[in-house]
Amino acid sequence: MGFGSLKRYLVIIPPMFWLGLFFLIPFFVVLQVSLSDPALTRPPFTAIFTWDGWWPTGFLGDLENYEFLLSDSLYINSYLNSIKIAGIGAFVCLLIGYPIAYVIARADSRMRNTLLLLIILPFWTSSLLRVYALIGMYSPNGFINSSLSWLGIIDQPLQLMQTDFAVYSGIVITYLPLMILPLYAALEKLDDDLTEAASDLGATPLATFWRVTLPLSMSGIVAGYLLVFIPSVGEFVIPALLGGPDQLMIGKTLWTEFFNNRDWPVASSVAMVMLAFLVIPMMFLRNTQGRREA
Amino acid sequence: MSKRHPLVLAMAGFGYAILYIPILIMIIYSFNSSKLVTVWAGWSTKWYGELLQNGQLAEAAWISLKVGFWSATIGVVFGTMIGYALARFRRFKGKLFLNGMATAPIVMPEVVMGLSLLLLFISMENLIGWPAGRGLLTVIIAHATVGMAFVAVVIQGRLSDLDISIEEAAQDLGARQPYIFFAITLPIIMPAIIAGWLLAFTLSFDDLVIASFVSGPGSSTLPIVIFSKVRLGVTPEINALATIIVAIVAIGVILANWFALRSATTRSTDNS
Repeated sequence: MGFGSLKRYLVIIPPMFWLGLFFLIPFFVVLQVSLSDPALTRPPFTAIFTWDGWWPTGFLGDLENYEFLLSDSLYINSYLNSIKIAGIGAFVCLLIGYPIAYVIARADSRMRNTLLLLIILPFWTSSLLRVYALIGMYSPNGFINSSLSWLGIIDQPLQLMQTDFAVYSGIVITYLPLMILPLYAALEKLDDDLTEAASDLGATPLATFWRVTLPLSMSGIVAGYLLVFIPSVGEFVIPALLGGPDQLMIGKTLWTEFFNNRDWPVASSVAMVMLAFLVIPMMFLRNTQGRREA
Repeated sequence: MSKRHPLVLAMAGFGYAILYIPILIMIIYSFNSSKLVTVWAGWSTKWYGELLQNGQLAEAAWISLKVGFWSATIGVVFGTMIGYALARFRRFKGKLFLNGMATAPIVMPEVVMGLSLLLLFISMENLIGWPAGRGLLTVIIAHATVGMAFVAVVIQGRLSDLDISIEEAAQDLGARQPYIFFAITLPIIMPAIIAGWLLAFTLSFDDLVIASFVSGPGSSTLPIVIFSKVRLGVTPEINALATIIVAIVAIGVILANWFALRSATTRSTDNS
C-alpha cells in the first residue's frame, strides 16, 4: 500500500525539509553559540569560525561556558533541584492519578465517558490559566487564607505561595491528565478474570492489587511518569509564578540568563546540558510507547 | 475484589477536586464586584465590561487567534503528510529519522525549543536576510513545528486503527493512489484531522514560553500579555478573561464529545 516511489517523496520531502530546517538545524546553532563568547554586539555573541568566502579557516570555539556552569553552584543546584522537583512532582501525580484512572477503567461505559471527559477538559484549557488559578487559591489574601481567617482558624496568613508545595501543586494541576491517560489505557486492557482469579485463590484485595493489578499496569505507570517528568524538568511557568525567588529550576535559570542577563552563550550551554540530561528519559519513553503499539 | 471500594472512590474524587476547585474559585471571583480579591462585595459583571474596554488584551487575543489559525493549518497539512507516510509507506529512506524528528518536539522542553528557534531565525536573518526580524511569521513557524508533531501522532494512530482493506479494495478496482487518498482515506480520517487541527490551535493559543523567545515588538500573543499581568498577582480582569476561555473550551469539548458519541451510535446501529 502506498504511492509510487516518486510520488511518495512528494509526501515525505516537504515535512522532512521543514523539520530539518526548523527543528534539527536549530540544535547545531545552539551548540555553536554555546561554544562562543558573549560580546557587546548584535547578536550578543562572537563567531566561532573565521571564514574565507565559504570556507572556514579557523575555529575559535571553546568550552569556557561549560566550565563556567560547573564552577558556579547556581547551575548545578538548578539542575539537581529541577530533577528533584520533577521526580517528586511526577510521583505525586502518580499517587493522585492512579485511583482516578482505576475508577475510570472500572466504571460502566456511560460513566466512563463522562469521567474521561472531565480529565480531558482541563487538558484543553490553558495551563497558564490553571497555574494562575492556583495563585488565587494560595496567595496571602487568596481563597484558602481568607477562608481560614474568616473561620477564625488562623490570625496570620499561611505562607503557601513561593513554596515547594505550591510548585508541586502547579505540576499536578498542569500535568495530571498526562499521567491519567496512559494509566487508564493500561488499566482498561486489564482482564477482570485475572483479579477475580486472584481473589478466588484467596488473595486479599490489597495483595491482588500489589501482585496483579500494579505489575500489569506498569507500562502505563512508566509512560505516565515520563510524560510528567520530562516537561516538568524544563518547566518555566510553574516556578516563575508559584515558586520563590530562591527556588532554582533550570528552565527559569535559562530564562533569566537569556532575558535578564542577556548572556546568550551561557543560556545555550544550559540548554545543551539540559538536553543531555533528558535524552535518556526521552529514549526510554519512545521505547515504552513503541512496545505498547507493537 | 469489590469494584467500587469507597476509599478508592474517595481518592478519585479528591483528584477531581484538585483539578477543578481552583478553576471554580477563579470563575466565582470573576463575578465579584470588588477589586480586592479577598473581599466578596456581591455579584457583578463589571469586570467583563472592563475586559471589553481593554484594547491591549483585545489586540493580543486577535494576534493569538491569527497565529493559532495559521500555525494549526500548516501543522495539520504537514502533520497529516508525516502521519500518512509513517503509517502507510512500508519502508523508505529516512523513515526512522522522520519518525524521531516528528515526535521529538512533543517532549522537547519549551525553553530549549524557543531558544533554539530564536537563534536559528537570527542566524538565518544574518545569512540570507529572511525572516526579517521577529514577528507574527516567526511565532507561526515555531508553533507549526510543534503542532505538526502532535498532528502526526494523532493521524498515525488513526491510520493504524483504520482497516487498510478499504483502501486496498479501491486499488484492486483500479483507482489511482492520489484519488484513493482524497476520495476514501481523507474523508474517513477527517475527524482525526479536525481533532489534530484543534489540538495544534490550542497548543499555539496556550503557549507562553516559545512565543516569548520568537515574538518581536507588536506580536505579543495573549499568553505573553496575561503573564506580564499575573506576575504582579491576581487581577479581576484576568479572572473574567480566563472564565470566558474556560467556558468556550468546555462548550467545545462537550459538543465534540456529543457529536462523536452520536456518530458512534449511528454507525453501530447502521451496522446491525
